[in-house]
Amino acid sequence: MKIVLKGLTKLFKSRNKDAKEPVVAVKNFDFEIPDGKLIGLLGPSGCGKSTALNLISGLETPTEGKIFFGDEDVTDLQPEFRGVGMVFQNYALYPHLTVRQNITFPLENFKKPNKLTKEQKEERVLNVAKLVEIEDLLERKPSEMSGGQQQRVAIARALAKQPKVLLLDEPLSNLDARLRLQTREEIRRIQRETGLTTVFVTHDQEEAMSISDMIIVMKKGEVQQIGAPQDVYDDPTNLFVATFLGTPPINVFDGRIDGGALYIGSDKISDVDCGVQGKVTVGIRPEGLTISDEGVLNCALKSVEVMGRDTSVVALNENLTSQALRAIVSSENARLAKPDLTFKVNADKLFLFDAESGLRIPFSAKDACKG
Amino acid sequence: MKFDKIKAWLYLLPALVFLAIFMVYPLIDVLIYSAEENYNFASQTFTGIGSENFLFVLSDPYFLQALKNTFILVIITVPLSTGLALLISLGLSSIKTLRHLFQTVYFLPYVTNTLAVGLVFMILFKKTPYSDGLVNVLIKLFGGEAVDFIDGPYAAKMFVMCFYTVWVVLPFKILVLTSALASVNTDYYRAAKVDGTPKWRIFTRITLPMISPMLFYLIITGFIGAFKAYSDAVALFGTNLNEAGMNTIVGYIYDMLYGDSGGYPSYAAAAALILFAIVLTITVINLIVSKKTAINAK
Ligand SMILES: Nc1ncnc2c1ncn2[C@@H]1O[C@H](COP(=O)(O)OP(=O)(O)O)[C@@H](O)[C@H]1O
Ligand SMILES: [Mg+2]
Repeated sequence: MKIVLKGLTKLFKSRNKDAKEPVVAVKNFDFEIPDGKLIGLLGPSGCGKSTALNLISGLETPTEGKIFFGDEDVTDLQPEFRGVGMVFQNYALYPHLTVRQNITFPLENFKKPNKLTKEQKEERVLNVAKLVEIEDLLERKPSEMSGGQQQRVAIARALAKQPKVLLLDEPLSNLDARLRLQTREEIRRIQRETGLTTVFVTHDQEEAMSISDMIIVMKKGEVQQIGAPQDVYDDPTNLFVATFLGTPPINVFDGRIDGGALYIGSDKISDVDCGVQGKVTVGIRPEGLTISDEGVLNCALKSVEVMGRDTSVVALNENLTSQALRAIVSSENARLAKPDLTFKVNADKLFLFDAESGLRIPFSAKDACKG
Repeated sequence: MKFDKIKAWLYLLPALVFLAIFMVYPLIDVLIYSAEENYNFASQTFTGIGSENFLFVLSDPYFLQALKNTFILVIITVPLSTGLALLISLGLSSIKTLRHLFQTVYFLPYVTNTLAVGLVFMILFKKTPYSDGLVNVLIKLFGGEAVDFIDGPYAAKMFVMCFYTVWVVLPFKILVLTSALASVNTDYYRAAKVDGTPKWRIFTRITLPMISPMLFYLIITGFIGAFKAYSDAVALFGTNLNEAGMNTIVGYIYDMLYGDSGGYPSYAAAAALILFAIVLTITVINLIVSKKTAINAK
């Protein structure tokens, strides 16, 4: 079931009584979530992800705009009539009920024509339990299970009523690192197997990038960019998206364009053709830097950190506005590190942004810095 | 390890000493008094050890009246006040505007003196040569017959007594239950809403189990409190409760010690022990029931 949002906006009365201005939690959402895909709704804490999800589920009513499931306008429909399954960060499993009772709970709400017999209910419970691999835990109480198991139960409960859309609000945030990895793969697998249109909310870009077919990056209630994770990473529309995606994060510099050439400090990085003069913000992905004697960017070495296959070279540069410059290089290349080193810059990993608005400035690089 | 244990006991010592002096010693004393037959307060003598005090108390019509009154009071007011408090708390937690105002209004009786509330009830219910009381005025307005609630028939007096008790205990229960309701994580309700759970089912399957520990706490303390009722009766019906037929067990004990017919500590002690046995039994039953339902509900 595809989901279409048209001009969707949600304002909240500010919780701060003195503030007159309402909080714009979701601003003019205008996009389509394709059928059967796993969508990552990504953004920093408080940017309106949960609100967006609640609008889709029907737990919140929009201030403006419309929501369609397929061709059906569901804007004024109560949550229970939308056919959505929802999973919460804290699982929201009923602590006094067993796993079986928890999963059965939504099925018992079905009204007359759809009412299920006891056998049908048991069959459904067993099916979803098998799908999320908790069939041995059915008689347990939530308190007797690990966080990962509880989250599986929560997913099973959301799936039991066979929803058209599955919504997950930070489902992995309460899990420890290892379980988080495991469970996110699990979510991906379950989504593939069921083919359900799924919206997955997270503030963790790595999480979203790793399992989503498509990510929607949000900031302060506004959509910044929509696209396949790799495309958004390779082609960010603005500085926010560029800095939000990627670990380690992108290196950001104050730079300037002078006479068709890009400078960081006094280092000429590259000839660029973009029709802009003066101050710009420069972003270079950590993997776009390699140590080289013929390099263009002069830095002072701080440390070399070995991270298994690759090595992270940490360096200082006075024009850097992000924390410390990081380059991800091969271990052979890292051997070239010396106190005063120069980096070669890969133009595909270099982005220019307007110094004021942070908007991307497209440019074409001359061969000089390709490499 | 050993030193820690000694230290722990040392910390407890002051409390233990006070408990021994003011709790354990009087308890033993009560036990002794209750067994001493024909104890004479003035000469501090008694004729023997036995169960005669208990037999006397259990056959004393005043005691039986007090027992009956107390039981009626308990059985009517505990469920009624808890149920009402639950309803009001549910109402309070589902409104947004003026919630704090209502919360304050419902809490006022809690900070008002018992005797002052008693006075208000007198004005509401008492029949004097000059006025019939506000309630009677209302009854007559709707074509009823005026009733003397304070000196009249037993049922009318019992009604006032129960009304008063419910009124007095309600605020605390509302306070406890509104905070219990507020502490239920809203995600449970959101999950239930997405699943189309009817209101009634949300209440019985989610809300009630979640607040059941607090409910049981209120029921147990409610029972204990109602069994110990006394000052409320005095506030309404004056100090001669036996004559009014509105005495309670604690009132009976008090009368045996200090009342007009006072000076019988042995009878008082026996009555106190009977009350203790009743409260203990009820509390144990309550605890067993709450454990059982808690496990089922868990
Ligand atoms: N019920 C509400 N009343 C007032 N403000 C709210 C309410 N819910 C959310 N907000 C505000 O809306 C913004 C977005 O919140 P939310 O959607 O929860 O963000 P996220 O899930 O991305 O962390 C925040 O500034 C938050 O304070
Ligand atoms: Mg959120």
